[in-house]
Formats: sequence, C-alpha cells, structure tokens
Amino acid sequence: MESIRKYPAFILRCVRLSLAGGPLFYTWMTVLTCIILLGVNAWARQLASGLHLTSMNDQVSWGFYIGNFTFFVGVAAGGVILTIPFHLYKKLELRQALVFCDMQAIASIVTCLLFITVDLGRPDRFWHLIPGIGKFNFPISMLSWDVITLNGFLLINLHVWGYHLYMKYLKREVSPLVHKPFVAVAMLWALSALTVEAFLFAGLGARHGWNSAVVGPRMIASAFATGPAFMIIALLVIRSTTRYGIDDKVIHWLRRVLQVTSLICLYLLVNEVFVELYAGTGHGASMKHLLFGLHDHVSLVVPFWMAMIMMTIASILLLLPWSKNHSGVLIFACGLLFVGLWLDKNVGFILSAFIPTPLGEVVDLAPTWSEWMVCCGIWAFGLMIYTLLAKVSIPILMDSTSHYDEDGVLSKSSAEKEVQGA
Amino acid sequence: MSESLERRDFLKAGAAVAAGGAALAAALSPLKDFDENITLDEFLQKHYKELSEKEKQEVFTRIQNKVKKEYGVDAEVKDPKAIDGVEFGYALNLSRCIGCRRCVNACSEENNCGKDPDLQYIRVLKLPKESMDIEKSDHHYEAGEVPEKGFAYMPVQCHQCEDAPCVKVCPVQATWKESDGVTVVDYDWCIGCRYCEAACPYWARRFNFKKPEIPAEEINPNMGYLSNRPRPRGVVEKCTFCLHRTREGNNPACQEACPVGARIFGNLLDSESAVRKVIDTKRVFVLKEDAGTNPRFYYFLDS
Repeated sequence: MESIRKYPAFILRCVRLSLAGGPLFYTWMTVLTCIILLGVNAWARQLASGLHLTSMNDQVSWGFYIGNFTFFVGVAAGGVILTIPFHLYKKLELRQALVFCDMQAIASIVTCLLFITVDLGRPDRFWHLIPGIGKFNFPISMLSWDVITLNGFLLINLHVWGYHLYMKYLKREVSPLVHKPFVAVAMLWALSALTVEAFLFAGLGARHGWNSAVVGPRMIASAFATGPAFMIIALLVIRSTTRYGIDDKVIHWLRRVLQVTSLICLYLLVNEVFVELYAGTGHGASMKHLLFGLHDHVSLVVPFWMAMIMMTIASILLLLPWSKNHSGVLIFACGLLFVGLWLDKNVGFILSAFIPTPLGEVVDLAPTWSEWMVCCGIWAFGLMIYTLLAKVSIPILMDSTSHYDEDGVLSKSSAEKEVQGA
Repeated sequence: MSESLERRDFLKAGAAVAAGGAALAAALSPLKDFDENITLDEFLQKHYKELSEKEKQEVFTRIQNKVKKEYGVDAEVKDPKAIDGVEFGYALNLSRCIGCRRCVNACSEENNCGKDPDLQYIRVLKLPKESMDIEKSDHHYEAGEVPEKGFAYMPVQCHQCEDAPCVKVCPVQATWKESDGVTVVDYDWCIGCRYCEAACPYWARRFNFKKPEIPAEEINPNMGYLSNRPRPRGVVEKCTFCLHRTREGNNPACQEACPVGARIFGNLLDSESAVRKVIDTKRVFVLKEDAGTNPRFYYFLDS
C-alpha cells in the first residue's frame, strides 16, 4: 500500500528534477528545444502539402526517415550488451551503468516511432494499425510484427526503468518477481526486434540488395556497435557533468565490445561486397551502383565510401591502446563509428536497395532541407528524452545510495547537491 | 539547495515551458494551409470490406459531392463486383509493340491519374533487340521517333500476381486480391507506408507524394470506388485492369488505345477468349518468373 500512496509524490519529484538544473542544463535544453521546433515546423509543412518535400519518389520510395528508423532500432537494442553480461555472466561492475541501457532504449524507440510517423503518407489513419480497432495484417506482414516488437520493447523498458527507479526512491530492494522476468524478456526481445527488423527487408524478393541472409547478422552486429558507441559517449559526458560515479571498468568493457563488433560489421560488409561483385551477375547492380556509380549516376558513391572509411578508422583507433587511456580519442572513435554506421544504414542499406529500380531505372537523389530539419528535430527530441530520463534517474539513484551502497557510486552526497551540480 | 531555491527554479522552468508552448504553436502554423480537408466521417470510415451496402452508398455519394465541388463534374461512383467464373488475364505481343506510349496516356486519362506530377501506371522499356536484360532498358526515350531500328519495346504495368507480395506486406490489409484476380487498393484505408512499393518486383505501384492535380475537363466521370475515382494525397494506387470497365464487359483503356493490336485482354477461364487463344497457341512467358509471384500478365512474340 505504501508504494501506491507514495507514487504521486514520486512523480512530482521526477517532474521537479527534470525541470530544475544549472546553466549548462538550461542551455542544452534550450538548444534542443529550438532544433525540435524547427523540426516540428518542417513536419507541419510536410503534413500540409505532402511527402514531395522530401527526396523520396516512386523510384526511391523509402529514404532517410526509414534509414534513421532502422538505425535507431539498433541503438535501442544495443543497450542489452550490458544487461546480458551483467545478468548472465555476473559481471557486477556493470551494475551502475545498467539504468542507462533502459534509458537509451526508451529514448531510441521513441525516436524510431517518430521516424515512422513522419514517413507515413496518412498519419491521421494510424488507428488502422491498432489491433482490434483497425485491420492489423498479423502475422503475414512483417511490418505488423515490427509494430508489436517496437511498442512491446518500449513498454518493457519503461517498466524495467520505472520500477527500478521507484524502488530506489522508496529505498527498497526490487522484488525479483516484478523485475527479473522483464529483464530477461527485454534481452530476448532486443534480439527479436532486430531480427524482425532485418526480416522486414530481407523478406522482399523484389530488392536484391535486401534479399540476403546476412541482413539479420548485420543488423545485430551494427546494433552492438552503435549501441555501445553511443553509450560510451553518453557515460563519459555524464561522468564529467554530474557526480554520478561511472567506473572505468564499464567504459573498458564497452570498448572491448566495440573492438569486436566494429570488425564484425566491416567483415560482414566485405562479404556482401564480394558476393555481389565477384559473380558478376545482374544481382550485383545495386552494389556496383553504390561503390562505383552506374550510368553516370554517382550520388551514393561518396557518402558510402565515407562510411566505410569512418568505420575503418574507428575500428583501428578502438584497437589501439591509445583509445583506452585517452577519453578524447575514445569519444572521437565512438563518434566516428556511430556516424559511419549511420551513413551505412541510410545510404548503404536503405537507399542503395532502391537503385536500380526493379525495372532497371537508375536515378540520383539528395536529401532535401525539409527532410534534414525533420530528422534533426527528431534526433533532438530523442536526446531531450534521454537527458530528462538521466536528469530524473541520477539524483534518485544517488540519493538511494546513502542507504544502499551497492551501486558503487563515488559520492554519497544527497540528491539536492547533485541537482546543483548538473 | 534549499526547498525555496528548488521552487524558484521550478517556476522559472514553468515560464520557459509556457514560452515553449507559444513557440510550438508558431512552429505548427503551416498546418493552416492543409490541402486535404479531412472530415470526421472520412476519418472514421471503415475498411471497404466492413462497410454495409448503405454505408457504401453514403461513401460513394460523399465522393461524388467532393468531385462536384472540386471539379464541377457530375461523376458517378460505381462499385462493380467481380464476376463468378471470370479471371482476367493480359497478353502482350512484343513483336508488335512500337513503343508509342498511347497505352500510357489512355490509361492516365481513363484512370484520373494526377497530371502534376504526371503519374503513370504503365512504363514502356526500350530494350536493345538482342537483350531481355531490363538493366539495359531506357525509360525516357523520345516517343516521336518510334519504333527505332535495333530496339524493342516492352510495356510493364501491374501484373496482377496470384501470389502478390504487395498484398502480403500491407500492414493494414488496405490492398487485396479480388476473386477475378485484380489487386485493388482501398484508397480510404491505406496509411501510406509504401511497404508495398518496396515489395513489388514490377515497380507497378505509385504513391501520391503530392495532391494529384487534374484539369477539370480531363476528369473521367465514370468512376469505380476501387479503381479510378480521384485519389487523396498520401496513398498508394495502381493499375486495376480498369475494373470499372472490364467488369462491365469492356476492354481496358490501354487495350483499346493500342494502334497495332499488341494487347489482348480477356477471361482466362473462358477457353474461347482471345487471351486464352494466345496462351494456348503461342509460346508465352512472364517477366521475372523467378520472382515467384505468378503474374496474370503474359508476353509473347510472333513466330
């Protein structure tokens, strides 16, 4: 009963924590708000006159919205790379960073859902997708699976994060029955969501660039590269702007993961390139267009080579001991890997599969300003959610540690001091 | 930090949120130029298959009124049903086709396709005579110079596949196969995700990225709910073998427009039909048979 009675106070505390902060926090939030508003404005224009404001057309009917959507599914699911070793292999030193996995998943999935929404021609008809009310094509359409996996993943992570935090607020231990099963499901769910995501594309026989068995493994490998890359940057920023203690061991573990996954990403890419090009069949036209251009259409060539170069440099930097001892180098390498994989997912995976078209037409394309603004707005919104989740979580977790020491937090100061610091 | 300090921050933040709300309203202001007027009836309209006959009539009347208001044309929206014992099929004689694109234009006129941007269901590929490799095709040749020596022409439109990938992938069942083999779209149910466009091996589907602009004098008033009535922005459309014509015993517009008799249309289940004669007597083939979709659109060559 106590837990229900105190819930309103908990919510109020969360709201207060998310609104109060230092100059750095307000500057950051103001910048994000401005970008979000620009994005909202661009989306309003798009709503009012149509998707012709983007670079998409009947030849390339999915573009940067779907590319970003696919990418952020990876960022969301990539967080389990910490929960799996913690729960399965009892790597207890990762405990203090676990909450950031949930936060990353929540913020990223909201980002994904927004990218889907802005991509719809008729967002007013979203209710057609709701099982029971609409006419949900489950289980035949892979997109219907996607709707379930994404929304389910969001709910599970909201529960895991919210329940854990509330128990910390009450200074009580989490009840294994309410917590553990969801954590376990979340781990499996993350891998399933990535697989569904891959099948959504790989199941289309019409598109040679997608109709490949390596799409699933690539989706998982890139998730376990982008997820930890984002997490390293976020944790290092949080460590330097708050007093929440994040042990070097966490960062080192994530870096070790990246050393492997970034190479796997490159290796799988090499496999795709070889299979498509060496045989010399018509199947490889998309890859040829992507790498070298086709019939003087070269709009994807430079961004794709940039992606490959960025990923390669990032992999080398991550392998060098230099990136272990210098957080600046590590952040640079992670940023490079993140952007490289983002380019690869958008240009190398989504856009390239549309060219040539199934009837052999080759076209050029370039993102429009409107499209960029919508994308920036959604990224900023995702970052804002992440910031607010962190803003709420960190003081409550630190407050609870004055009684519970197991989180390995360095400072035992109260939450109020923490707010001042942020 | 004391409680009062936290409260002051709280109030400041509240003021910031209020200012943000005003900015949000400004950011949303382009919505006042919304070019599709969506009424509550339209918003709540059920899926075609779940509408009662009475509800259907209301919908058709509403569409007619809309056409009248927008174009000043008295249109009739009909809903001819698939006929038992009929399965439509098409055969196209590649030896005869001269690549004049008359079928393309007749189709666009018949089906009330948007003229700006110019939305066409049929794409004619110009191929080197010795090749069937569509990667070598030219889509944008000048129609004035046809037929050009050394080249062959191949029109491609919706193949009305038996195992249609577009139907399979639609998350809301807005597109389905009718009993006469025609794949249709409920334009009032489609959410515009364009997954079907990505799934089609024949590039047969089109999306209304912009509100279709059609000059009032070019509106075809003979309309089918599932075929050529004007489409809203943001939905997918496609060739329906002109079902508002063919289900009433006529030929599709592209068939009638062909000046060289390259197009043969009919009922695959009728052994006396012209299309069956072609299939029974000629060496016919389908495009991209390896895609496994079992098209109802055949090509053949004069031997």
